[in-house]
Amino acid sequence: MDLTESADERAFRAEVRAFVAKELPDDLRRRVLDFQRVERDDYVLWQRILNARGWGAPGWPAEHGGTGWTAMQRIIFEQECFGAGAPRQMPFGLSMVAPVLMKFGTPAQKAFYLPKILTMEHWWCQGYSEPGAGSDLASLKTRAERDGDHYVLNGQKTWTSFAHYANWFFCLARTTADGKPQEGISFLLVDMATPGLKVRPIRTLDQGADVNEVFLDDVRVPVANLVGTENGGWTIAKYLLGHERANIAGIGMCQRLLRRLKELARTQTSGGKPLIDDVRFRDRLAKLEIDVLSHEWSLMRLISMERAGRSVSTEASILKIRGSEIQQDLGEMLMECAGPYAMPFVPEALLPDAAAETAAGAVLNAVAGQYFDLRKVSIYGGTNEVQKNIVGKALVGL
Amino acid sequence: MDFELSEEQTMLADSLGRWLDGNYAFERRQALSRSTQGFDEANWSALAELGLLGVNVPAEHDGLGGSPADTYVVMQALGRALVVEPYASTAVVAAGLLARAGTSAQRAEHLPAIVAGERRYALAALEPDARFDLRSVGTTARRSGAGFVLDGRKAVVVDGDSAHWLIVSARTVDAQPNGIALFLVPANAAGVTVRGFPTIDGRRSAEIELNGVTVGADAVIGGLGDGLAWLEWTVDRSIAALCAEAVGAMEKLLDLTVEHLRTRRQFGQPIGKFQSLQHKVADMATAIEQARSTALLAAARVDAEDPIERRRAMSAAKAMAGRSGRFVGQTAVQLHGGMGMTDEYPVGHYFKRLTCIDLTWGNAEHHVALYGALL
Repeated sequence: MDLTESADERAFRAEVRAFVAKELPDDLRRRVLDFQRVERDDYVLWQRILNARGWGAPGWPAEHGGTGWTAMQRIIFEQECFGAGAPRQMPFGLSMVAPVLMKFGTPAQKAFYLPKILTMEHWWCQGYSEPGAGSDLASLKTRAERDGDHYVLNGQKTWTSFAHYANWFFCLARTTADGKPQEGISFLLVDMATPGLKVRPIRTLDQGADVNEVFLDDVRVPVANLVGTENGGWTIAKYLLGHERANIAGIGMCQRLLRRLKELARTQTSGGKPLIDDVRFRDRLAKLEIDVLSHEWSLMRLISMERAGRSVSTEASILKIRGSEIQQDLGEMLMECAGPYAMPFVPEALLPDAAAETAAGAVLNAVAGQYFDLRKVSIYGGTNEVQKNIVGKALVGL
Repeated sequence: MDFELSEEQTMLADSLGRWLDGNYAFERRQALSRSTQGFDEANWSALAELGLLGVNVPAEHDGLGGSPADTYVVMQALGRALVVEPYASTAVVAAGLLARAGTSAQRAEHLPAIVAGERRYALAALEPDARFDLRSVGTTARRSGAGFVLDGRKAVVVDGDSAHWLIVSARTVDAQPNGIALFLVPANAAGVTVRGFPTIDGRRSAEIELNGVTVGADAVIGGLGDGLAWLEWTVDRSIAALCAEAVGAMEKLLDLTVEHLRTRRQFGQPIGKFQSLQHKVADMATAIEQARSTALLAAARVDAEDPIERRRAMSAAKAMAGRSGRFVGQTAVQLHGGMGMTDEYPVGHYFKRLTCIDLTWGNAEHHVALYGALL
């Protein structure tokens, strides 16, 4: 065992920290840290800044233009970027469709799509869930019927994050009704400018609309946009979900929320003294910080286990469960910090350069939105109940 | 960072595991815990022969010169087997303190004797009114000639009635800034009264009175002015060890529970088929995962130079061990149904050990408060 960060890891952390401090625009940093809205151009801007430095794809091997970093370096990078207030790198291209293309794509697909993911010329979104297929993804009904050199897509996808920003869409569709549900699914890449594809926003609890419904009405997709084999999509879907789960340990987010929470607890007062000096509040905050510490070390242990070639399926599910619970606990504590000022809410004030008046300033105005929005993290990427099924089944083994 | 066991650690774990498999059946453990001594001298000698009593003793004094990670490996294994021998008090706490803070004479006298299995030690730090506060010391050490005279009462001294030597915290006017110093006192010294009691986890503690106990100046450990710092340092080593022991005990509870869910049948099927019970198992695994991570954090920070960094890690680990241990113990009993309530079945005894681990050197709430004071 070596329980300390190595000299190389410390040096790398310092290098990332210095870079982000220098290159991240101040207004963007401020908006991210103050829970204000981040828009399409902001995400693209930060991605291009990173890409210019050669850091556009922390999770990719160098042969595809990635950094070739170790898992530990990627975590350090995530921690430093989140800590400094950088917007997150959109995962749909970088950590979802890209690993799929690298593993299952043709040389032509890799050559065409991967560079455009790095620059965000392509903004990807994910077409997995349907109104009738959530946790039970294999029951999906969207059809892709072969017609000459095309598949014709019909159906509806939902909970598609950032479909309104995206120009490319990867989706699962049924290519045959024969056999088990899992055996008739294919993985397709869709240009969102194709006629017949419509996006409708879904307003969520935080009054944002980052998720959408996507309607597919005779959408013609070239056969060349099939990834892997026809009816082989389920294997790809499972591969992709494995990636997603590892990514949503959310350590960067946990640590950033914790830091912001502590800052707020020092400025908000109760009975004439800072909230952080209130013993009951402080105990809850201490417990939460201990949870975050524990979570960080669990992630380090998972990385170490993976490096040693061990199976980490149950550990990854546990990490997903804890990461989401901790973020939600932090959201609750942010509400606690704001007290009655968590109630007044002016959504327009979250926009860049907003002139809208708020009851108690930009940060407190945004807190409740964070709290409600964070309820999603125990739902997406496989609900926490599904994760518990995975862990329980693996352990009991019946 | 790398959490894989080194070759040496694998050998250490394997040799200890083999010995425990061969000598530590649960029924035998129960018989030992009910004996007057509370454990087996032969087992103590075996631990010495395995080299385990020297894990925290430098090589120059016949020990292995091991790291906190090595102690983690040993304590986790002892926790899994619910070992009753008072290993940590001597081999982790006293050995660690004397190796680090002892004079060369103290090291030469005590460390080889620890490695050889000839002497046991107990840390007599708490007092009847102190609860978990190490600074609340009423025991006094008056200067007398070249030495000191100790008077006072020490409470719930874990492993206190089988120790040959006591490490006693006492207040002396000479000790600055906190007035507390640590003294090595032979348990059979004139004026020392040791009353031993069984504890709920089948181990032993003692109430100890010191009436005009005379010790020499060479009894002071770590210098008169540094007593409190060394006491906290020592207790932190104990905490790191306890957290690792708790992980082992929780792992065993999860194994026992899973086994029960696989074999116990109700409604015509193994009860492990029921989703509500599977989710409880997942919750147990999650609690253990968290405690394992913070126990390793404790091992990583127990030697930290910065006392605040060390304090945070140790209190985080102890709070998590306490919280997880309580949850895993309670849930294991629940999932075993009536069997979990019986004295003859191991589950309850692991739960009790975890309960006592929580109560040793500050429970979860105490350590959350210590952590909170440093936010």
